[in-house]
Amino acid sequence: MNAIQVRFFASLREQIGRDRINVAASGVTDIESLWRRLELELPSEAIAALRTRGTRIAVNQELIEQDATLAPGDEVAFLPPITGG
Amino acid sequence: MQRDVQLEAGPFDPTEHWRTFLARLDGASGGVAAYCGMVRDRFDGDTVGGLYLEHYPGMTERSLERIVDRAGERWPLEAVSVVHRVGAVDAREPIVLVMVASAHRESAFDACELIMDLLKTEAVFWKKERSARGERWVESTARDRERAADWKKDK
Repeated sequence: MNAIQVRFFASLREQIGRDRINVAASGVTDIESLWRRLELELPSEAIAALRTRGTRIAVNQELIEQDATLAPGDEVAFLPPITGG
Repeated sequence: MQRDVQLEAGPFDPTEHWRTFLARLDGASGGVAAYCGMVRDRFDGDTVGGLYLEHYPGMTERSLERIVDRAGERWPLEAVSVVHRVGAVDAREPIVLVMVASAHRESAFDACELIMDLLKTEAVFWKKERSARGERWVESTARDRERAADWKKDK
């Protein structure tokens, strides 16, 4: 697979209008480069929503604190603050 | 420690899960504690029709398993079971059931409380409330965050 799947949940999913997009993996090797690719592929309102304070990022279902390397086939998820129970 | 985490897409019967849980214990447990969270039909003066619970398949289950494991590291527990709804849940329905078995009641009560406090801030769910005012995504409360932080203090 030559893509990185990017998923959006809950309020982010609604603000962006879709629950996922695939980005071509070439040139996307970490979260920094993923942001640059997303800025090209999503409208600015969507990027603003993703940058909302409190949004967490998970790579392959593990939360990351800082940057992380990415490989083709990886799944990146943008998670709004959780509320459960 | 026996650990069982289940997500349910439709209504579940807490008494059925309770019966199953008790039947599986091996006799070393003298204390079995349970907590059942219900969807209230009112909030802030509004009638609440129900909720929608979004989750991240895979990550949600693992977040619950890790919460249960934290309780198991802290107290000697024989068995823990967590049942949690996903999707649409109507008002007055059970949303979560936590059951804990231990040799004695102190560990069982405390572990049950820890699991619920951690669940409120660390379990991967997003709650949307449906009321006459419309739909809104719920935000975590300062009280929930305080309770979760308090457990780290009295270690």
